[in-house]
Amino acid sequence: MRYAILCYNNEDAVFSWTKEEDDAVMGRLNVVHEKWEKAGKLKPSIRLLPTSAAVTLRKSDDTVLDGPYAETKEQLLGFYIIDVESLEEGLEFARELTKANPGGAYELRPIMIYNQGS
Amino acid sequence: MSDLGWIEGALTAARPQAVAALLRYFRDLDLAEEAFQDACLRALKAWPANGPPRDAASWLIMVGRNAAIDSVRKRSKLTALPDEQVLSDGEDREEVEAERLDGADYRDDVLRLLFICCHPDLPATQQVALALRIVSGLSVKQIARAFLVGESAMEQRITRAKAKVAGAGVPFEAPGPVERAERLAAVAAMLYLVFNEGYSAGSDQSERASLCDEAIRLTRLLLRMYAAEPEIMGLLALMLLQHSRWAARFASDGNAVLLDDQDRALWKRPLIQEGLALIDKAMLARKPGPYQIQAAIAGLHARAQTADETDWAGIEQLYAALETHTPSPVVTLNRAVAVSKLHGPQAALNMISPLAERLDKYFYFHGMRGAMLKELGQTREAREAFNKAIALANTPAEAAHIRQHLDALSAQK
Repeated sequence: MRYAILCYNNEDAVFSWTKEEDDAVMGRLNVVHEKWEKAGKLKPSIRLLPTSAAVTLRKSDDTVLDGPYAETKEQLLGFYIIDVESLEEGLEFARELTKANPGGAYELRPIMIYNQGS
Repeated sequence: MSDLGWIEGALTAARPQAVAALLRYFRDLDLAEEAFQDACLRALKAWPANGPPRDAASWLIMVGRNAAIDSVRKRSKLTALPDEQVLSDGEDREEVEAERLDGADYRDDVLRLLFICCHPDLPATQQVALALRIVSGLSVKQIARAFLVGESAMEQRITRAKAKVAGAGVPFEAPGPVERAERLAAVAAMLYLVFNEGYSAGSDQSERASLCDEAIRLTRLLLRMYAAEPEIMGLLALMLLQHSRWAARFASDGNAVLLDDQDRALWKRPLIQEGLALIDKAMLARKPGPYQIQAAIAGLHARAQTADETDWAGIEQLYAALETHTPSPVVTLNRAVAVSKLHGPQAALNMISPLAERLDKYFYFHGMRGAMLKELGQTREAREAFNKAIALANTPAEAAHIRQHLDALSAQK
C-alpha cells in the first residue's frame, strides 16, 4: 500500500530553529530515511519552503491569493511517499520520524493515484 | 534535540505573539514581559511531563495573564488597586483570546509590539536593541555582545529606550488602513536595521551575524500575518538573498570577498530559492516598492551562475527604477557600478562625480571612485581616493579590502 505522509508542524517554531538545531534534526531524520530507502519502502520525500512563499489559486473565480490555502495552527511543511505492507508499517516509519523530530503531527493518507512523472 | 531544547525553541517562536497579546491586555510593557517570563517558567515545569500544548502561544498568554493578575493582586495590598479596566475588558477573556489567536486581528498585536520599538525619537541602534530585547527576547548580555559593548552600557541603553517609549504612550487603538500601512513601513525599516546590524558583522563575529537570522525570523512571522503585502515579501526576499551569500563573503583570513570574486558554490540554495519565489510572488501584485526592487537586484545576482553571466543591463534598469522611487546619492552610486560594467569606468565616474560633495563622508563612494580610477590607470588619484576610503572604513574587513587595493597599486609601480 502506498501512503503519503503529510508533515504538519508549527511553522514559526520550525523556522525559529538555529542552523545547528535544523542540521541536527535533519541528521537524525536522514538516519531513518536511509534505513527505509534501503528497504525500498521510502519513495520521494519533500520539504516545503515556508507558507509565506505560497500562493493559492482559487479555482472558482481564478483569483490568486497570498499564502497557503488553509490557515491552521500547524502548517503543511513537507511530505513523504512510502510503499509499505500495511498501515501498521506506515505508522512504524512515522514513529521513527517522530523520535528524530518531535512536535507537530504526521497525517498518513493512502494514495489513490500515483504517477511517477518524468 | 533534547526535550528542553524543543521547549526553548517553542518558547522563542511563541514569544512575539504572546508578549504582544499580553501587552494589549496589561497595557504595560514591563508587566507583559514579566507575565511572559512567569508563563515560560511554568512551561518548563509543565511541558516536559505533559508534552507541549498544541498552541504554545495561547497557552503562554493564558498562563501568563493569570500569573500576572495574581501578582498584581498581591502587590495591590501594598499599593492602590489598579483600575479594573486596565486589567480586563471582559469576563470570558480566555475564550476570546483563544479565538483571536486563529484570527487575523491578532496580527495587529504583533505589529504593535514591533511598532513600539520604532519610536522616531530613538536612534537606530536603540530601536534595534529594543526590538531584540522585547520582541526576540535576547538577553541583555547577548545584545551587548552583538553590539560589542559592555553589558551595563547596553542595560542602560535599553532602560532609557524603554522609558522613552513608555513616556510616548503606546498606540492601543486598532489601526485604520492608513495607520496600519504606516506602522508596517516603520516596522519593515526597523527589521532591515536589525538585519544590517548582522550583515555588517565581520567573519569572526558570529553573535552579531546571528542578528541576520533573527531579522529573517521576525520578517517571516510578519509576512505570515500580512501575507498580501508585496513590500514585506520584498523585504524578506532581500534579506534571504543577501544572507544566502554569507559563507562566501569572507576569505579564510577574514577579509571581505567582493561579489564578483565570491565562490558561488558557497551560496545557500534554499535561501536563494525562497527569495526568488517571494520576488515572483510579489511581482504578481504589481505594486513595486524599494524593497521589492532591491530584492529583484539581489535576485539577478543570485540567478547568475558566474559573475560574468550577471545581467548588468537588468540591474542598471532596476537601480534606475529605485532612483525614481527613493532618490538618493547612494542609489546612484550603486547604479554607477552597473554602468561601469556596461559602459566602462569613465561612464561610471561621470555619473558619480556630481555626488562628491554629498558622499564625501561615505566609505563606498571613495572606494568605488578609487576602483574606477585604478582601472583607468590614474594611479595617483586612485591612491588619494583609497586613502580617503580607508579613513572612513566602518569595519576592519572594509579597511582590509581597501588595503588590498592600495597594495596592488604599490605593486604596479
